[in-house]
Amino acid sequence: MTMAIWLTENSKVIVQGMTGSEGSKHTARMLRAGTNVVGGVNARKAGQSVDFDGTELPVFGTVAEAMAATGADVSVVFVPPKFTKDAVVEAIDAAIDLCVVITEGIPVHDTAYFWAYATAKGNATRIIGPNCPGIASPGKSNAGIIPADITTPGRIGLVSKSGTLTYQMMYELRDIGFSTCVGIGGDPVIGTTHIDALQAFQDDPETDAIVMIGEIGGDAEERAAAYIEQHVTKPVVGYVAGFTAPEGKTMGHAGAIVSGSAGTAQAKKEALEKVGVRVGKTPSETARLMREIMSR
Amino acid sequence: MDLFEHQAKELFAEYGIPVPTGKVAHTPAEARAIAEEFAAAGVSRVVVKAQVKTGGRGKAGGVKLADSPADAEEKATQILGMDIKGHTVHKVLVEEASAIAQEYYFSFLLDRANRTSLSICSVEGGMDIEEVAATTPDRVAMVPIDAQTGVDRAKAREIAEQGHLPAEALDGAAELVERLWAVFTDEDATLVEVNPLILTADGQVKALDGKVTLDGNAEFRQPDHAALEDAASADPLEAAAKAKDLNYVKLDGTVGIIGNGAGLVMSTLDVVAYAGEQFGGQRPANFLDIGGGASAEVMANGLEIVLSDPSVKSVFVNVFGGITACDAVANGIVSAYKLLADRGETVDRPLVVRLDGNNAELGRQILSDAALPGVERVDTMDDAAKRAAELAVGA
Repeated sequence: MTMAIWLTENSKVIVQGMTGSEGSKHTARMLRAGTNVVGGVNARKAGQSVDFDGTELPVFGTVAEAMAATGADVSVVFVPPKFTKDAVVEAIDAAIDLCVVITEGIPVHDTAYFWAYATAKGNATRIIGPNCPGIASPGKSNAGIIPADITTPGRIGLVSKSGTLTYQMMYELRDIGFSTCVGIGGDPVIGTTHIDALQAFQDDPETDAIVMIGEIGGDAEERAAAYIEQHVTKPVVGYVAGFTAPEGKTMGHAGAIVSGSAGTAQAKKEALEKVGVRVGKTPSETARLMREIMSR
Repeated sequence: MDLFEHQAKELFAEYGIPVPTGKVAHTPAEARAIAEEFAAAGVSRVVVKAQVKTGGRGKAGGVKLADSPADAEEKATQILGMDIKGHTVHKVLVEEASAIAQEYYFSFLLDRANRTSLSICSVEGGMDIEEVAATTPDRVAMVPIDAQTGVDRAKAREIAEQGHLPAEALDGAAELVERLWAVFTDEDATLVEVNPLILTADGQVKALDGKVTLDGNAEFRQPDHAALEDAASADPLEAAAKAKDLNYVKLDGTVGIIGNGAGLVMSTLDVVAYAGEQFGGQRPANFLDIGGGASAEVMANGLEIVLSDPSVKSVFVNVFGGITACDAVANGIVSAYKLLADRGETVDRPLVVRLDGNNAELGRQILSDAALPGVERVDTMDDAAKRAAELAVGA
């Protein structure tokens, strides 16, 4: 039985924007990480193929054609912000299981639009991102830009708004290893949330404990805390970035902003601790807390 | 990007939304001249409003009525230069006073939790809407908007009705709300707020105030938005960083920060602030995310910006080598020093570098071999933060 969440060794991955510079670079990396990449999508280059170190990948005109020809069930989107909305809508129309949107800098109205579109279609397509590093199930598959070689397979689940903090945690706990690591992205509107991942990890028999990384802005962490209290019995360790962030300044991620007294790191930490989540003061302390749990 | 009230109203006017007539003054004399124009047109009463990007102007005394041009000059003298919640008033909006019959509240905003746009409408206007929502929630309508169908006149009217606006205001409000939706979507705004939305004595519905936040991610399709930026009051270092395409936020501490990835950099600021508690309260001097690549040029540009802040006493470079492995980052730092030397710049403050992740050993070796002056290698984030804070005290 294969577990991990949303992405397994059986996942067949296509890349929307595979022929672009980022798309081709990361397609090559995904292949090297053992991901079963089966093709790309670019309407203008349909019928061509691209060579990745000896792996010949076909380019299809649409997501639907790629799925019909390859049986793909995961799409990774690298197309530029201008075209991302249409690309995601196309993936939703094709009813692909999982659409991972790596692209950074998408206008939030476009994201709200494709989310509404997915919802109207019954959320048959799970969207991760945008502005995220993607999802990796170490030893199984890697869909996105997470460096595959910094960790090992194991039984920790990780969900994070931040890419580099995800990597940091994967690396610090590389000897214990991870079932699945999900980067949900730092935009104000995102598809998959902390809560979605917590629910999936809670249900995944190959995950024993969960690391949840949040940051300033919005109230996703507070809502996740409420969810944990009600539904999560596996141990959860948390980390929140941005205690020193000034009010009203966007800190790198479009969604990372404290507005008035809302969205502060302190409020998020308190909400998590109130429901029994141990929150590390630094990434290393967070890793230590998880290490304690896993060595019990 | 937040707009000034007068910018928001100019935008509203372009969309056919009724707003009071007004002009911006930077000096009391200009305020008087504008009031004189109004007087000549038969409008003797004006409002002088501080233009600052923060709420609570009224309470702070930043909004005053004036009954003559001389009075407008006097009121502008009082308001210009005022400090409102840390914002200095550099300009005032002088506009015709409105005969207010009733005040309402209206906004479109982004509802992050529900991943949709939300409209908020209330018959109770002119005050803090959060307070109204807390005390009399039944007077406040919160109506989610489907991004696919948007807001037409009928929907706009429905929202106004749910906000308990009276019958005599509904037609005007519906038209205004429909147009505000056009501002919200066509301009890629994440917030448009009108508080108060007023019904005038002669039955007109008008936007008496305006608050607009624009989505920076939409710049590629909003070429007009760049001109709305308040370059004058931007921090000079932030402006210089922006010109170099660097993601930099000026803070008030002494430890310069350079890192890769927004989350890691935010985390670095926090870790430095904790470490700094042991060293007389040293704090981070800035946020700077140089992204995943960490090329020599980006690193050099980053160092240049961080070091041009005179309050920086030490610099902490915190990089996690993922896709760009640590050896590439280390080579980037070494080359950045050469680049800076070529530009005639010297790195005159101590640098603490922490490299971890892919090829960490190799990267650390490269840094050690290069023996750059003033560069110290510390291999964990917590210890490196401590050292950087310590060096900031000593400097």
